[in-house]
Amino acid sequence: MSEPASAFERPLLSPFNVVAGIIVLVGLWITYLRFTGGLGAVTNLDQNNAWGFWIGFDLLCGVALAAGGYTTAAAVEIFGMKKFHAALRPALLTGFLGYSLVVIALTYDVGRPWRLPYPFVLSPGPTSVLFEVGACVLLYLIVLFLEFSPMALEWLGERRLRRILVRLTLLLTIFGITLSTLHQSSLGALFLIAPSKLHPLWYSSYLPVFFFVSSVAAGLSMVIFEGTLARRSFSDKMDDEHKGTADAVVLGFGKAAAFVLAAYFAIKVFGVALDDNWGLLGTGYGLWFLVEMIGFVLLPCFLYLVGTRDRNVKLIRWTAFLTVLGIVLNRLNICLICFNWQLPAQDRYVPHWMEIGLSVFVVTLGVVAYRFIVTRMPVFYEHPDFSEGH
Amino acid sequence: MSISRRRFLKSMTAFGVAMTVPKAGGAYGSFASHPDSCGVLHDITLCIGCRLCEKACNEVNDLPAPERPFDDESVLEKRRRSDDKSFTVVNRYQVDSRPGSPIFRKLQCNHCREPACASSCFVAAYAKTPEGAVVYDPSVCVGCRYCMIACPFDVPAYEYDEALEPKIMKCTLCHPRLLEGKLPGCVEACPQESLLFGRREDLIAVARERIHRHPDRYVDHIYGEHEVGGTNWLYISGVPFEEVGFRTDLGTTPAPKLTSGALSVVPVIAGVWPALLGGIYLMTRTKEKTSAREKATAVREAIDATQAAADEARKKAAEKAKADQEKAVQAAVKKALDQAAKESAKEGS
Repeated sequence: MSEPASAFERPLLSPFNVVAGIIVLVGLWITYLRFTGGLGAVTNLDQNNAWGFWIGFDLLCGVALAAGGYTTAAAVEIFGMKKFHAALRPALLTGFLGYSLVVIALTYDVGRPWRLPYPFVLSPGPTSVLFEVGACVLLYLIVLFLEFSPMALEWLGERRLRRILVRLTLLLTIFGITLSTLHQSSLGALFLIAPSKLHPLWYSSYLPVFFFVSSVAAGLSMVIFEGTLARRSFSDKMDDEHKGTADAVVLGFGKAAAFVLAAYFAIKVFGVALDDNWGLLGTGYGLWFLVEMIGFVLLPCFLYLVGTRDRNVKLIRWTAFLTVLGIVLNRLNICLICFNWQLPAQDRYVPHWMEIGLSVFVVTLGVVAYRFIVTRMPVFYEHPDFSEGH
Repeated sequence: MSISRRRFLKSMTAFGVAMTVPKAGGAYGSFASHPDSCGVLHDITLCIGCRLCEKACNEVNDLPAPERPFDDESVLEKRRRSDDKSFTVVNRYQVDSRPGSPIFRKLQCNHCREPACASSCFVAAYAKTPEGAVVYDPSVCVGCRYCMIACPFDVPAYEYDEALEPKIMKCTLCHPRLLEGKLPGCVEACPQESLLFGRREDLIAVARERIHRHPDRYVDHIYGEHEVGGTNWLYISGVPFEEVGFRTDLGTTPAPKLTSGALSVVPVIAGVWPALLGGIYLMTRTKEKTSAREKATAVREAIDATQAAADEARKKAAEKAKADQEKAVQAAVKKALDQAAKESAKEGS
């Protein structure tokens, strides 16, 4: 376990380290304010708006965008698409980090975070959708930790433990996909209980299905998007297999994402049709709904198809970014922008800068952890001592 | 017909006895559960906006003193909601059909028959008591605030200024007082009998009677009889309910029904998905193995065929060579014999 040379080459006062350092300091200050003054000291939440940016972005977007782990695992381990094998470890790593960040963010948002185990050990409330979300996220975090562990164990040279975990791969993958199906959809089901608060164009009894299908598109797009970012910063860490199959991953995942987005668009149209909400499309919210559906679902679907047909890797990479933005927009619409739409304008919620600041802090923690891991552990390359020749 | 306070207190004794009888299983959706549960009928036409109910509520619940005293009418200029420091508020409405005569309406927890807060709570901190009250237990609350998202009446309020021990605050229907045989604080304080406490079923009968007797005074609707599956607070009004701050678009579906469908799918996915995924894995692997085997067979057959052809060719070549050799030998023998014959003939001649 020798330190890679590049870890020493990077100077301590690099621009990245300085910016990350400032963000971390601000984050720690917000942490202090939150746990001494309460949510009221750092958020714009109020009695009408109980959930804000931390739930809308950190939880809903965080979980959706961490879906790359289970989608890639399904493709490689279940559907036998071995040519995407090099994309699996980065996807599992970002999935694990993503879910960890979700839990970190939740400890700020809930009133008494040390009671988070209560639903499972002390006083279960299984009639709540949140109970299911909590149980699945907790179990899936453990699954992701176990799926990530071989990378750390190879780095540490722990052979025996690693061998046991690698043998569990299939079991963990199946368990992970099942849990993801459940909680990705349940995050949508959370809002089923509030038909009087969520705008009818976004409210539908199909919300769980919408959330699940869009999470697959989010996962596929995030793998492409993260791959694009990683290629720019860590190409020196990537082995020939990773580099050689990178374009195949982009093309394959882009094509899959096009199909998923097409299906998503279709069921969203069914949703409008079955509730007979066509008339609402002419309103202001209707226009906003069309922006989301056409600009961030139909357009990326089309661009993915064009990119696949022309084998235009660059176009697909940009389309993945557009799709990720679309998922963020959708989750923020459902949780914040189109939630409590019935309230008068002066009672509507706008996030406090410290809420966004803390989210930036949490994401920065994730980026720092990601850099630490990929510069040390075999994520983008096969460890020579553990090569299995897939 | 109206229930006097004394008569109510008498009936409370019987009520207390009834409560000791074990209740039949009351699943969601069966409105037969808690048949003797109590509630309050708020006759909006009788309310004068004196806010004595607010004052009484503040006192019996030991809530912090208000910023402005309860007899300060300027408070009514702003539309208010209940919050973590006040479980009930009275609002004043100017209605177009009644110019110059404001209408007052009290709001607080409606104590739903099938409460959204209880259905949404993942630590089961809420309970619907047999007496009718929806009560909250802060000792298990995590502070996730999902109940605030779920409540169609925006009732649960959160202590945003509490750093480490925030609670949800809301009207309890004075449940502790009910158990002592007392009236809720607000009902006891109301000088106008705008608030009437009693068995929910009796209150509905009273409300219907009033509407029937004075069709000119009341809108023909009891708010809370069916809304979101029914509430234990009931309202009758002289003007359409939406004009005095009620939401009339909530429907009659009780909150638990909204999520029960999605939750019922959970065990199905948990049971079917592993088998399905395992099956797909096995199919993929079988396919891979079969194709690998077929490939191997094809290669072996090709090799065998080539081998056989080569052998055949070699054999043929060998046979031909042998035949050629024999021919050559025979030819040579024949030639030698011919030669010998010729020579012997020469010699013999």
